[in-house]
Amino acid sequence: MSEHDVLNPKVMPHDPERATLEGKNKFLGFWFFLGGETVLFASLFGTYLALRNSTNGGMASNELFGLELVFIMTMFLLTSSLTSVYAMYHMKNNDFKKMQLWLGITVALGFAFLACELYEFYHYIHEYEFTFRSSAFGSAFYTLVGFHGGHVVFGLMWILALMFRNAKRGLNLYNAPKFYVASLYWHFIDVVWVFIFTVVYLMGVL
Amino acid sequence: MKGWMGKIRTLSLFGFMAIILSGCGRENLTALVPKGYGAEESFKVILISIAVMTLVFIVVMTIYTYVLIRYRQKKGQENMIPKQTEGNKALEVVWTVIPILLLIIIAVPTLTTTYDLASTEGKEDAINVNVTGNQYWWHFEYQGEEIQTSQDMYIPVGEKIYLTMRSGDVIHSFWVPSISGKMDVNPENDNVMYIEAYEEGVYYGKCAELCGESHSLMDFKIVAVSQEEYDQWVTDMQNVDPEATPESTTAQEGQELFANSCLSCHAIGSSPVAVGPNLTNFGERSKIAGVLPYEKEELVEWILDPESKKPGNKMSNAPYLNDGSIGEEEADKIADYLMQLKPSEITTKSAE
Amino acid sequence: MSNSIAQNRSFGAAMWDYLTTVDHKKIGIMYLVAGGFFFLLGGLEAMAIRWQLIKPENDFVSAGFYNELITMHGTTMIFLAAMPLIFALMNAVVPLQIGARDVAFPFLNSLGFWLFLFGGILLNCSWFLGGAPDAGWTAYAPLSTISPGEGVDFYVLGLQISGAGTLIGGINFLVTIVNMRAPGMTYMRMPLFTWTAFITSTLILFAFPALTVGLFLMMFDRLFGSGFFDASMGGNSVIWEHLFWIFGHPEVYILILPAFGVFSDVFSTFSKKRLFGYTAMVFATVLIGFLGFMVWAHHMFTVGLGPAANSIFAVATMAIAVPTGIKIFNWLFTLWGGNIKINSAMLWALGFIPSFTLGGMTGVMLAAASADYQYHDSYFVVAHFHYVIVGGVVFGIFSGLHYWWPKMFGRILDETLGKITFWTFFVGFHLTFFIQHFLGLMGMPRRYWVYLEDQGLDFGNLISTIGAFFMAIGAIVFLYNVVITSIKGEKAGADPWDGRTLEWSIPSPPPHYNFTQTPLVRGLDPLWIEKSEGRKGMTPAEPLSDIHMPNGSILPFVMSLGLFIAGFGFIYQKYDLAWLSLVFIGMGILLGSMLIRSLKDDLGYHIHKEDLEKEARK
Repeated sequence: MSEHDVLNPKVMPHDPERATLEGKNKFLGFWFFLGGETVLFASLFGTYLALRNSTNGGMASNELFGLELVFIMTMFLLTSSLTSVYAMYHMKNNDFKKMQLWLGITVALGFAFLACELYEFYHYIHEYEFTFRSSAFGSAFYTLVGFHGGHVVFGLMWILALMFRNAKRGLNLYNAPKFYVASLYWHFIDVVWVFIFTVVYLMGVL
Repeated sequence: MKGWMGKIRTLSLFGFMAIILSGCGRENLTALVPKGYGAEESFKVILISIAVMTLVFIVVMTIYTYVLIRYRQKKGQENMIPKQTEGNKALEVVWTVIPILLLIIIAVPTLTTTYDLASTEGKEDAINVNVTGNQYWWHFEYQGEEIQTSQDMYIPVGEKIYLTMRSGDVIHSFWVPSISGKMDVNPENDNVMYIEAYEEGVYYGKCAELCGESHSLMDFKIVAVSQEEYDQWVTDMQNVDPEATPESTTAQEGQELFANSCLSCHAIGSSPVAVGPNLTNFGERSKIAGVLPYEKEELVEWILDPESKKPGNKMSNAPYLNDGSIGEEEADKIADYLMQLKPSEITTKSAE
Repeated sequence: MSNSIAQNRSFGAAMWDYLTTVDHKKIGIMYLVAGGFFFLLGGLEAMAIRWQLIKPENDFVSAGFYNELITMHGTTMIFLAAMPLIFALMNAVVPLQIGARDVAFPFLNSLGFWLFLFGGILLNCSWFLGGAPDAGWTAYAPLSTISPGEGVDFYVLGLQISGAGTLIGGINFLVTIVNMRAPGMTYMRMPLFTWTAFITSTLILFAFPALTVGLFLMMFDRLFGSGFFDASMGGNSVIWEHLFWIFGHPEVYILILPAFGVFSDVFSTFSKKRLFGYTAMVFATVLIGFLGFMVWAHHMFTVGLGPAANSIFAVATMAIAVPTGIKIFNWLFTLWGGNIKINSAMLWALGFIPSFTLGGMTGVMLAAASADYQYHDSYFVVAHFHYVIVGGVVFGIFSGLHYWWPKMFGRILDETLGKITFWTFFVGFHLTFFIQHFLGLMGMPRRYWVYLEDQGLDFGNLISTIGAFFMAIGAIVFLYNVVITSIKGEKAGADPWDGRTLEWSIPSPPPHYNFTQTPLVRGLDPLWIEKSEGRKGMTPAEPLSDIHMPNGSILPFVMSLGLFIAGFGFIYQKYDLAWLSLVFIGMGILLGSMLIRSLKDDLGYHIHKEDLEKEARK
């Protein structure tokens, strides 16, 4: 049996992402990677918590933050997590078209989130002159939220690249793990945002 | 080849050297001859832990030596297959429980002294000194006394002195091994510790946290004097006239030169921490710049080329070094002026 | 397919082979060569340090250069020598010990190596570009953030890049050990070296991201004007200390645990005995790894965290002595009743026991917070960590190299030279560092460019410097041994030591697919079990069939090169934004390569059954 036949079985298994050894490795390795990412964000959160009141006489968090926009952003991201779950559901049912559709919606929501975030940063910088260099608080805020934003950008690029690359040939056992870990990554980003929403914004306006 | 014999020989040689050396160490510098409260408390814990750990080491080495002699492969038995033991529950419990007990012996005094040394009880009524660490010198401000001085800190013996420490630039660490363990001097928060000297003397202080090129030259002194001498010193220092005219003419000229070229960074009299050390009682210092012998030639050389003596120090950028306003002659006069700044009878000599 | 090419190849082809290889054995050899090179470099820096301290107020090197030397010595030895050498052993041995044909992510394995190498080269470029970093390997802010020039920038970016490589390597080994074990190789049958590699990889996974964040913050402070560690902007330099040691303390265990694994295997093999208390050894390893994360603040007893924090961290640190003690006694009782053969590998392991016990003793002493006020940042600490890092890790690496050299290269290192190396290095090591305990207590802080005359520190420093030369001689003899062995060393068979574990069941050096047939594991020390039942080798767990192997790739090299280029851009853009073009070029290369990797299918190739049979007949 050639490699091609192995990766394109007549009947797709129910867990296409873990049907090959490579897939299993990718699946497990990515979970480990997310473990490392958790420590990364934990360190950033720790730094932020230590410096959130170090405004150096500049703008403080309760003067800056409003919850309206952030709430909308949270909705965008939470919904996108849900839509990526749908995408994975269709992947398991070997319905490639629907998977692509739901991934597309996920990406769109991600871009909407990103647009809001860029607007928010622009707003802080131009309305309040609150920048990365204003104070230790400013540095910590933009670093934490910016790292998350960077992850969103990377996640969007990644999912888009996968969608385009596989648009014509459909699902197989070689690319199923790739789709799956990309959606794991997307969930992780979402979970981090929930913490940012709580620690930075909710605790910040109080 | 008898490997273990060599090992034992080396080890006993080290033990021998250790005994010789532990007796050494410069007095008033070494932590092995504690002469103050903190150093003594730390030393107690050091001794307890050494005792316990030596016991462990002896046990390990006894088994080790026995095993190596007894079970080393003998000629003709290269293929002997020993019994494949899996383990021994009883033994494993023993070497888990006994170390825990031994650690408790160390942990208890550790915790009590850790809390004791961090106590600030009686701080309000005690002598309080604000300590500032700077790239490569120390500043001492006696709270409520209007006394500021650098490099040499005078304290009365038998008293707890509370130090409130902060850095003016990078992290330093305040360490007077014979009197007390160290405490970091951070740029963003005050750290408090206390010191108490049991005997009069001049104690060597060192910076213990890498702080730049002349980290190893950031020495200072704790001058412990009797209570009466300390009171006298306080009175003398409070009555300093920073503008007092010196007696000799060269020193008078030196004073003028000093006012023109040095006063922007150095202060005479009680004034807050500046770019350079406070020189009020420079004439009574035991060292120049903390490390150089207290001699006039050294001082002149220092004024003319501070970079070669203490690399990276801020005086290397002083304007007078570039505009050539101070030559050897002028430096000589400044040295005369500085070395006659002796506001008090109480000096490092009083402590000896 | 590559076999036929391998016969008569030019130097260029060999180079290309190594640049593109994803074979864990070749990557192991590259780690060994690169780590060995950096070890020599770090050793050279150490010799310069000791020469400067041979007498009081010496002026062999300037103060600024001395600070560069100590910084680079520490950084090089930890990140660029000890870690890669450990990785060399792990790469060479772990897949063989679990009966795997390869690691889980061969491509990432190669990427990890090249990232480490380019990071290390970037860091060392600083020597030629205006000066190396000079704020100590711990790079405490604000000394590091205000350090002039680009030295610390090279530190930040070099470590960031090589740290990424290490993290990737760690994940690779985790997945390899979880997913790639041969049939029957349960967790509780894994050799101790594999176990320690597993725990070490876990520590890497959870410790390195803290360093990553710390380095990012420092990079932002130095290059982009943020204020994390700048008190005048409300920043706090103690955050760096926390982040650094949350990484830094586990790092010590990352280094020492694999060395423990080496000793466990070596003791067991050369006393011809099963490891005493295997279960307890595994449990102790896990416990040490776990506690390793709970103790970072014992590096910060003098920072002013208060007595409560100091006490908690003191007790937690002392607790680590218990599992470590369990290990020491289990080793002693592995030897007990054995048939102990003393050769070079065993000498290093035997030398380790007293040396490391001393290091452990001083470790417990340092854990006592109120006593640490005296030890902290003095030569006592210098002595302590050299006792654990040299007496533990370096001895472990030497032991492992002597032990596995035949497996890696097919030749046995010369025994006489090996013994000379051991004795000169061992004596030199104790001469150098034992005395430093006393120097510290006598009032000599660490990182001192000069010590003053007449402070009672002369004699101890002289002894220490003399000892360092013995160590240097030992290292040189080892190098000579490597050269002479590769020229005319004794050829090794598959099982030169009467080994117990799977790696000794296959030829030395192994074919690139390791196992022609995956072995069936029937217990701890699987090869020993087969041999004691009179069989010659392992029973296969599968019929002879085609073997699937991964393709080589130049992309890991190119990606690392991209980051290397971007690193220069990041550093120099602080002077002129035109340098940002290098960032774009470098990151473009990186992201482009990632895109290629993502879009181009890489399905590997098969070695056919017939070829394997042909190979077997030869």
